[in-house]
Amino acid sequence: MNDRLIIKGIEFKSRLWVGTGKYKDFEETRKAVEASGTDVVTVAVRRVNITDRKSENLLDYIDPEKYKILPNTAGCYTVEDALRYARLARESGISDLIKLEVIGDEKTLFPDTWGLLKATEVLVKEGFIVLPYTNDDPIMAKRLEDAGAAAVMPLGAPIGSGLGLRNPYNIKIILETVKVPVIVDAGVGTASDATIAMELGCDAVLINTGIAGAKDPISMAEAMKHAVIAGRLAFKAGRIPKKLYATASSPLEGMLL
Amino acid sequence: MRLIVNGETYETMKADTIQGLLDELGISSVKVAVEVNLNIIKKSDYSNYKLKDGDRIEIVNFVGGG
Repeated sequence: MNDRLIIKGIEFKSRLWVGTGKYKDFEETRKAVEASGTDVVTVAVRRVNITDRKSENLLDYIDPEKYKILPNTAGCYTVEDALRYARLARESGISDLIKLEVIGDEKTLFPDTWGLLKATEVLVKEGFIVLPYTNDDPIMAKRLEDAGAAAVMPLGAPIGSGLGLRNPYNIKIILETVKVPVIVDAGVGTASDATIAMELGCDAVLINTGIAGAKDPISMAEAMKHAVIAGRLAFKAGRIPKKLYATASSPLEGMLL
Repeated sequence: MRLIVNGETYETMKADTIQGLLDELGISSVKVAVEVNLNIIKKSDYSNYKLKDGDRIEIVNFVGGG
């Protein structure tokens, strides 16, 4: 059964996407990414350390030949900054993919959706494949789609909070509202959260802290892999309707009197 | 020549192009992007782009992020 996620002609073999921040070291990052079975990892754009030239590069551990590299604009609070980081990411020469973030507030890290929409419009015109990190707001998701976003990435809960999907009903409405893939980004704290997102019908889940912050990130990466596969299969299989009362599983016929 | 590289003052030895600066700093051009005075410079121009005294240069690469 071919059940691959395709975004703008790019085929993703995994529906679990993994962030590379917050790991103890690059070796742990590499092992967790490998255990997750993913083929796409997010990265951030930052200054090269010019005083310590021996410092290693993430891409020495995460081979861009093997993984799709999805740069983000994390840490950007204005449209101008987000555009600058996106353009620098593209010039680094890996791909036109950008996980677009325009952050609105330091405490919640909620997206500034007004700025997000503006930045999406500009980057789409410049030929980027824009994957915006947005709120769980169906109207904004539609506006982003109309602006040319290749997918939408609604948050499940604040970044790094591990609260899971706080509003699964909105995520469901987003799924009905847009035609582009929906990838839950942020908030997934444990395996069942990822499964819930996939059972709703989301196309993929992006997890960073949920894996990197676990006591054993490598085992959690593996757990998330199975959780996403299970959720996707359950979604495709079609769950039974919920009912208040019991229906016997064993036949009544043939019972002893 | 005195430059501002990634926010720090940097006195070049003999570099007068971006490629020269990267070589001097021991940075491979493959996995970085370079900005001079807020303009992104294409990799293919690194060898030709002449730096001037006081230029503000940013050299970025990918790090772990979510």
